[in-house]
Amino acid sequence: MIRRKWPVAGVCALLAALTAGLALPAGAAADESTGQDAPRVNLVLDVSGSMRAKDIDGQSRMAAAKQAFNEVLDATPEEVELGIRTLGADYAGDDRKEGCKDTAQLYPVGPLDRTEAKTAVATLVPTGWTPIGPALLKAADDLEGGDGSKRIVLISDGEDTCAPLDPCEVAREIAAKGIGLTIDTLGLVPNAKLSRQLSCIAEATGGTYTSVEHQDELTDRVNELVDRAAEPVVTPVATQGADSCAKAPTLTSGLYTDREEFGRQRWYRVEVLSGQELRASVSVAADRAVRPDHGVLLRAVTVHGREIVRGEAAGNGRTDMLSTGLRYPKPERDDDDSGKPAAEVVCLVVTNAFSADSGVQTTPGLPLELAVDVVDGPDGADDVASFGLGRGWWLLGALILTGFVAGLLWGRLSRWRFAVWRTN
Amino acid sequence: MRAVRVLSAALLSLGPAAAPAAADSPSPATSEDDGAPTRAGTSFRTATEVGQGRTATARASTGDYLYWSFPADAGQRPTVRATVKLPERHAAETWQIDVYDGLRRRQACQYGAQTRTAGTDAASVELECVLRTVRAWSEPWADDPLPGTYYVRLTALRLSTADLGQPVDAELRVDSKDMGGAAAVDGALSEPLVPGIASRPEAESDDDSPSAVLAGLEPEDGWTSGWWSDRWTWTAAGGALAALAGVGGYRLTRGSGRPPGVPPTA
Repeated sequence: MIRRKWPVAGVCALLAALTAGLALPAGAAADESTGQDAPRVNLVLDVSGSMRAKDIDGQSRMAAAKQAFNEVLDATPEEVELGIRTLGADYAGDDRKEGCKDTAQLYPVGPLDRTEAKTAVATLVPTGWTPIGPALLKAADDLEGGDGSKRIVLISDGEDTCAPLDPCEVAREIAAKGIGLTIDTLGLVPNAKLSRQLSCIAEATGGTYTSVEHQDELTDRVNELVDRAAEPVVTPVATQGADSCAKAPTLTSGLYTDREEFGRQRWYRVEVLSGQELRASVSVAADRAVRPDHGVLLRAVTVHGREIVRGEAAGNGRTDMLSTGLRYPKPERDDDDSGKPAAEVVCLVVTNAFSADSGVQTTPGLPLELAVDVVDGPDGADDVASFGLGRGWWLLGALILTGFVAGLLWGRLSRWRFAVWRTN
Repeated sequence: MRAVRVLSAALLSLGPAAAPAAADSPSPATSEDDGAPTRAGTSFRTATEVGQGRTATARASTGDYLYWSFPADAGQRPTVRATVKLPERHAAETWQIDVYDGLRRRQACQYGAQTRTAGTDAASVELECVLRTVRAWSEPWADDPLPGTYYVRLTALRLSTADLGQPVDAELRVDSKDMGGAAAVDGALSEPLVPGIASRPEAESDDDSPSAVLAGLEPEDGWTSGWWSDRWTWTAAGGALAALAGVGGYRLTRGSGRPPGVPPTA
């Protein structure tokens, strides 16, 4: 509404500012506005021998990947710090142990020099093994530090060949470090096994998995993932809930992450003043294979153990998370309880009913995200209707009938008065 | 539309200086058509905001969990529609939309096909969810829809491994019907159920970035204060009609002149 009333001059100024913002290196604008570190992306490319296969639009997988990387490097937003890591690029031998160590940082994570990065990519030749697990671990180390968003984009055409180290568990461990890292995976002409493995890696960190059969798909997808990293997101604060209210950490408004093992409780405390409303939402993510029936329960409990309100959710089937929430408006203080403290400690307890088949690792726990907002309390209702007002034809009929009957009676009364006292 | 005209007039008046600057913008993400988002988030935290009446599109892969969020105000009954264009070859897939409120509580759909299974020959799946009417206030123990942000999650519930990661195109549109005073209640929330509203940077001098908020989109006309409903009109009209009926009734019994039997000289 207001927007339409802006004088043209104002719109011009805004537009000029916008275009200036586009023309200038976006990094400057992003730095001052976010106050966060630059988003970092690490592209992890499989350079194993199988990349020689010529099945992407008639060219080899390697050629397609190189072309895609060139286009991605051109389109990378200025504010993104980009790095490239390879796996299986150097060791061509048969020794499995050596082959599984073969991962190298081709271009370090940092401000991007497009020409340099492109030259580095051009030198790649499909060579060795596919050590996905070790490469992911190293790639996560490359991104360590800073509080900007972090993303690993893994591009592979074959499943991991370094068996005891399950890349899926590696991904989960990386996510559990709490550095807010997402792994997105792309499978080049994948078979079912590779699809399963790469989507498992992606789901463990809340990322996405895409299967790629054409070169333009690869370019589009990687571009999109890099752009997505550049979008500012709220980074949650890591916290650690306790197993009882007394030991629980006290939280204020904000977004928090934690880990919760299967069937365990996590307690947190929040202080709520009289006349304030506590809003809490929690989501527990299923980052590994879980049984199809699951539930999450969030309860607000007083320090004495009385339940105030609860939120519950249950689900069935494939899911990335299960979430629920609650709100608790604390009533205004009456005069007679002025002896009580102004702030009430509300204990929040999260329990989950996720379960996994035997053989699925239970540690680290499932990722838990808790959002807490303490705002002013609501205006309570005196009546179901809005301000006691009514609506509808029945109301109109009743009012008209009442008015009419009142008019009749008044007329009769007035006649009677005239007849008795002969006066108006 | 008027805003667009004013903007284009402004663009013209800025002259050629601005045009090349806009043209060589490197990022394809900025070329958004009338502000409708062209991608979707992957979690509550990263959900893409889309206003009501706009069509959000996203290129995604089968197996992704796609998140959008939209604002809904008291008195509205939102309808969420999603269309998924499936790849040429695929096995039978079941798709579903779930709607969550600002507290991440799952909201029930009154009607609409929330879950649908696409056979092997289906080219697309259409899903719909008609929410309950958003109330201005409710008991904390009820999970009635309240004004604030709503999240939509679109995902494939059941799929075969062969379909994992296949490219799909998703489209989402939220429209709402104004239910008027029929759904009006007394009472109002002090703040809409917008996640992160208590830790907004303008409220506190937080070091959080001003551009990174969990949800920032408001309804086109802002959040209603909650005191207006068409019940005022109904009640006022009823009062006026009652007064008229009262005058009518009075005239009927009082008569227009002197009552019969009273001598004119009295």
